[in-house]
Amino acid sequence: MSARVDAVTSTPALPSRRRLGDRFGDVVLHVLTGAAAAAAVALLIAIGWKIFDIAHPAISKFGLAFITRQGWDATHIRFGALDLIWGTAVTSFLALLIAAPLSIAIGLYLSELAPRGARTVIASLVELLAAIPSVVLGLWGILVLGPFVGKDLGPWLHRYLGFIPLFDGTPQNAGILVAVLVLTIMIVPITSSICRELFLEVPAELEQGALALGATRWEMVRGVILPYTRTGVGAAVILGFGRAVGEAIAVTQVIGAGYGIHWSLFATGDTLASKLAEQYDSATTKIQTASLVYLAAILLVISLLVNLAAQLIVRRFAHQRTGGS
Amino acid sequence: MAVDAARFSLTPSPRTRRRKLVNLLMQALATIAALAAVAVLAVVIISVARRGATALNWDFFTKTAATFGQSGGGVANALVGSLVIVAIATVMAVPVGILVALYVSEFAPPRIADFVRLVLDVLNGLPSIIIGIFVFGLLVVGSGQAAWKGSFALAIIMLPLVARATQEVLALVPTTLREGALALGASRWRTVVGVVLPTTLGGILTGTVLAVARAAGETAPLLFTTSIAANTVTWDPRQPVLSIPYDIFVLSESADPADHARAWALGFVLISFVLVTSLTARLLLVRYRKRLEG
Repeated sequence: MSARVDAVTSTPALPSRRRLGDRFGDVVLHVLTGAAAAAAVALLIAIGWKIFDIAHPAISKFGLAFITRQGWDATHIRFGALDLIWGTAVTSFLALLIAAPLSIAIGLYLSELAPRGARTVIASLVELLAAIPSVVLGLWGILVLGPFVGKDLGPWLHRYLGFIPLFDGTPQNAGILVAVLVLTIMIVPITSSICRELFLEVPAELEQGALALGATRWEMVRGVILPYTRTGVGAAVILGFGRAVGEAIAVTQVIGAGYGIHWSLFATGDTLASKLAEQYDSATTKIQTASLVYLAAILLVISLLVNLAAQLIVRRFAHQRTGGS
Repeated sequence: MAVDAARFSLTPSPRTRRRKLVNLLMQALATIAALAAVAVLAVVIISVARRGATALNWDFFTKTAATFGQSGGGVANALVGSLVIVAIATVMAVPVGILVALYVSEFAPPRIADFVRLVLDVLNGLPSIIIGIFVFGLLVVGSGQAAWKGSFALAIIMLPLVARATQEVLALVPTTLREGALALGASRWRTVVGVVLPTTLGGILTGTVLAVARAAGETAPLLFTTSIAANTVTWDPRQPVLSIPYDIFVLSESADPADHARAWALGFVLISFVLVTSLTARLLLVRYRKRLEG
């Protein structure tokens, strides 16, 4: 009799205790993972807040005129970002101008042309280019690519294209042209691997339809693949631009830390990011540090806008395709 | 009769010939572009290896830099410094990265998951120098540089990489596996910890290795956080330490050819580490994904 009572009272107790432990475990894991995600979001906000916080003395002292002023004069406390914004724009746009068609071509080669067995091998080699640390690429840029540009490529460009303002002036071992080339090398692996993935997603029946109608491969690419992936390719290019704008180390090593706004690619220059990397140990006064971080704030705003734009395009593109099929 | 023969002729018309020519030209251009990218990779690796390998010897790995004007000396302090910084960064970033990924793929409602993913992508796209300045403002101002502060900056760079990689393998885990565990009466957390996570371990590991390879080569976050260091070997993360990428950066700006030789040797060490680890991780990841996808 007593055994039956025991059985009745004790058997349900075991599962209920386990359920309690499980419920506890569920809550803990949910809260823990949620906290980590919240921390990631908070981190992004904190980065924005802190950058503007350190830059605040310079922002309140110079205002927005900082952006349109030239020169970096520490002794008279006159700082301006225009030279650097110009340098950033020129190097990034030119690098993109070279890298975008190259990346699309590489993407097409890897998705359409490469022999099947070699495809993944070549694709990983191209992606490996992105794994080279920027400081090593900068080292190569300053000691190998720079002298090549200064002695061979530069004079050649100057001789045949010197009538264009871009190739006016005397070629040097360090300068905007070297920075553009190094940035191109950094962007190409990123954009080309995104392009390759986009091209692989084009439905095979569309491609085969075009070929069956008698189109050549190039006509199929121009008529089917490129229109189909247009938005995604645009986003890939914007992401490449974001990468180029933010690269500090390699650009500092090869651009030559020059002043002023020049059309010539042989001139030395500076970008927002390279100025930061160069001045890291020479900011002594508070206003000098704040002015440097003002540059970082401008860079942050540019890179946030660029990244958000690219991500939103990618998301809309993915949404359209999943919704449309 | 003659007209018909011309219309149905099998010899290509000039127009067809032109189209084929354009096609051939474009194919050639695409091939050249791909070859050029591979060639640049080869040129960079070969020039680093050729100049760097000759400067490597036992002293290089075991001694610190020679005092000014003397020859010899090594980079032991930079090697140890990099090891310390990256190890601590990994310990900081990996658990948080895995948790964020778990939240996004197992717990979060779709809209919030989308938002967190966007935040991770934006974080990943931030210039690394910005992250260096952020940590400088947060931790260095007032109290000085330290190795662990550099680690914190590197951890911010690694976090989105680890989270992204984990999330991608979590998405590959078949829903039937989760449903099977739940149907057997396992609770949510037991399913996640006991069934889902172990299946994704390989993917998380390769993702971590790729993030480590990336972090080991980062210079910009270390400029403001751990660059002013004594010329001695120290394992203490509370001291500022030198690191391989920072050392390369400084040596590459020097005018002394002997410094360049050391920069090449360090570059060779760094590039070997980065390329070997990321290549192995990539190969393992491909095999692992194939197995998971069945």
